[in-house]
Amino acid sequence: MTALASAFAPSAGLADALQVTLLLLVAAGATAVVLVRARVRQVLVLSVYGLLLALLFLAFQAPDVTLSELTVGSVLLPAVILLTLAKVRKREE
Amino acid sequence: MTPAARRWVFLAGAVGLAAFYLFGLSGLPGFGHYPGPYGFIISRVAVPQTNATGVVSAVNFEYRGFDTVGEEFILFAAAAGMAVVLRQLRGEHEGPPVDEAADRDLPPGSEAVRMVALLFTGPIVLIGWWLASHAQANPSGGFQGGVVIATGFVLLYLSGEFRVFKRLSPADVTDAVEAVGAGGFVGTGLVAVALHLPYLQNFLPRGTVPGAVSSSGTIALISFFVGLEVTAAFIIVAGELLRQTLLVRGGER
Repeated sequence: MTALASAFAPSAGLADALQVTLLLLVAAGATAVVLVRARVRQVLVLSVYGLLLALLFLAFQAPDVTLSELTVGSVLLPAVILLTLAKVRKREE
Repeated sequence: MTPAARRWVFLAGAVGLAAFYLFGLSGLPGFGHYPGPYGFIISRVAVPQTNATGVVSAVNFEYRGFDTVGEEFILFAAAAGMAVVLRQLRGEHEGPPVDEAADRDLPPGSEAVRMVALLFTGPIVLIGWWLASHAQANPSGGFQGGVVIATGFVLLYLSGEFRVFKRLSPADVTDAVEAVGAGGFVGTGLVAVALHLPYLQNFLPRGTVPGAVSSSGTIALISFFVGLEVTAAFIIVAGELLRQTLLVRGGER
């Protein structure tokens, strides 16, 4: 357990680099979600963005929020939107 | 309103927002410099006071338990609202999905997706159960466990087993489980009141070993109820949406 804990608590410099990298990736991911216009593709990008957010929370030592974000942000929310799109598309045709 | 006037209104608003935003930012403490005493006090007293090594759970389900009741009922109301809005109306009936483009080749369901989904359903439900029942020991809790279990049910759908999904989560059962979960949380607090303690005060024995599964009294109990509520709420939401894609509106036929 301690080995696992120390793996998630690297040295200060490394942790800072990880946090800054993930912050930049999250900013890029959020921009990508807005810029992608094709709806189904946008859902997939949103799912990847959820994964990035989960990693960010892990890097900031909030493993409980990571677990929620991992399932809600990268699985359930995209699934809900995909289902809605499927329904709306059926209605449009 | 002309486009030019609209632009001026937007610019005024944007400048105001930016000014307030920067003003707000200038008052924030520096990154990583926590100013208040509350967090330091909690992290010092939480483990000895509650016998829970998952301090986040101790805060969620004991120190700020009343806030969590409110959060739980946000989800409860959302799932209930969804079930009400998407209920089957008169003139609607469930029908098999109609092939909208018969001339198009239907991509066959992927055997790989099916296998991976079926392979992971069991372990995911198990992990969810473990998370929901170990809030007092780990950085987990009922919410995390509940959404993970619900993900297992979504995987069941992904593997093409919508009928199994429906059979395993009939509406009566999920509604009842959600109600028991939400009511159990509130009821646990009321038991404390009946014992002449403040609402949601921990009245169960806290055990002797910090972080043991049997430790921390009502923290573990409340986490279990939250797990039930969240699992059922997410299954209701997913199930309602899945049903919608199969539902045929009466007027459209």
